[in-house]
Amino acid sequence: MGPILLQAAKTDLNSSINYLPIAIQLLFAVVFLAAMMLLTHWLGPKRQTADKLEGFESGIPSVGNARQPVAIKYFLVAILFVLFDVEVIFFYPYAVNFRALGWDGFKAVLMFVGFFMAGFFYIIKKGALTWED
Amino acid sequence: MDTVLLAIDLAVVIEKLTLVVIVVSASLLVAMYSTYAERKVAAILQDRVGPDRAGPFGIFQPLADGLKLFMKEEIIPSKSNRFLFILGPCLAMLTAMMTSAVIPWGGTVELFGRTIDLQIADINIGVLYIFGVVSMGVYGIMIGGWASNNKFSLLAAIRGASQIISYELAMGLSLIALLMFTGSLSMKTIVEQQMAPGHLWNVAYQPLGFLIFLVCAFAECNRTPFDLPEAESELNFGYHQEYSSMKLGFYLFAEYINMFISSAVMATLFFGGYDIPFLNESNLSPNLAAGLGVLALVIKIVFFIFFFMWVRWTIPRFRFDQLMHLGWKIMIPLALVNMLATGGIILWLGK
Repeated sequence: MGPILLQAAKTDLNSSINYLPIAIQLLFAVVFLAAMMLLTHWLGPKRQTADKLEGFESGIPSVGNARQPVAIKYFLVAILFVLFDVEVIFFYPYAVNFRALGWDGFKAVLMFVGFFMAGFFYIIKKGALTWED
Repeated sequence: MDTVLLAIDLAVVIEKLTLVVIVVSASLLVAMYSTYAERKVAAILQDRVGPDRAGPFGIFQPLADGLKLFMKEEIIPSKSNRFLFILGPCLAMLTAMMTSAVIPWGGTVELFGRTIDLQIADINIGVLYIFGVVSMGVYGIMIGGWASNNKFSLLAAIRGASQIISYELAMGLSLIALLMFTGSLSMKTIVEQQMAPGHLWNVAYQPLGFLIFLVCAFAECNRTPFDLPEAESELNFGYHQEYSSMKLGFYLFAEYINMFISSAVMATLFFGGYDIPFLNESNLSPNLAAGLGVLALVIKIVFFIFFFMWVRWTIPRFRFDQLMHLGWKIMIPLALVNMLATGGIILWLGK
């Protein structure tokens, strides 16, 4: 009985038992990291002074704080990534079922790519990805 | 009934735990010796000797470096956010250690009367899993850079984050054409398809897809020519500027592990994984075939790691606007065209 069950668990790709090793690996990685962090915490010397704990900005006394706004371009890139990555994810189920869907699926995806490109050209024309001011 | 299930689970758990320990230790070891290889390759390319003091040919250099990182003083700047400052490198390292779970390292071996798959987890969404975990890596950089409360770290982290997410788009798109071919997201299935007689490695069918993936892999690993988060001439040291001791070590380690894993992914998806060309594995004993397969995969991975280093000392760094231009305006449209062309050709030939 035992080995048969084991075999079934191994060949069935859709079974959730396949995710168990990932949980094991996660557990191992977390334990390993915690151990390493503690080890290095214990091993290193601890002779801290106020000067040592200052931030290093090329040896010049730092002015102000790093908690301040940075160029908006980076945030635009981040939000555009979210938009386009969602669209990219939609391609994955299509790619896996590509042969079954045939020409009909291909036409539908062409339309989807059309929408994708329309948004893409819009952001480029709007200058969202222009880095030189 | 319950007890029988539990017994099976325990055996599987022990088997998988052993595999996890071996794979993770191996990736750590490879990462350690990548630092040595990087210095030696740099030395050879620049007509120098490189590290040669610690042991014969300096092969104990990584051990000395690792020990040094452990013994250094741990500094958490007073202005930083303490919790996030510690969390950052841990997250970077955690994601680097998790990606190896779905890569098939070889066929199956027979040990102690059990058939053991040389893959930690064969899940049906293998490729998506890798993307998911790799994209978590950006949190390590962003959190570490922000928590340092240092303007250089912050700028480097923001640069790194926007670079990684930009190239992730093109990377995701470049694989879609490959997936149309394979019809499966499981890494093992993809390798087995490439091993089948009469089927070439995927790189033969998807050269453009491979090229896009390769470039994106360089950008994802923050390797030259895309190492802008670590541009010393502009940002001192990069997002890990305030880090010391093993926390710095984690960032550096995570980078080398990512390089190893992306080499493994490229070898698996495009270069047949553990497939040995012109050799029919079924003629050999299963254990010998599996061993040779692992060796073949390692050789492919080592070649890719060497390629990463070779490029580092060949091509100068991009400017940030050039990098974004390449990622958004060239790679993404190119990947889309590749996808549509592949789809059209497969349908045209198939019907």
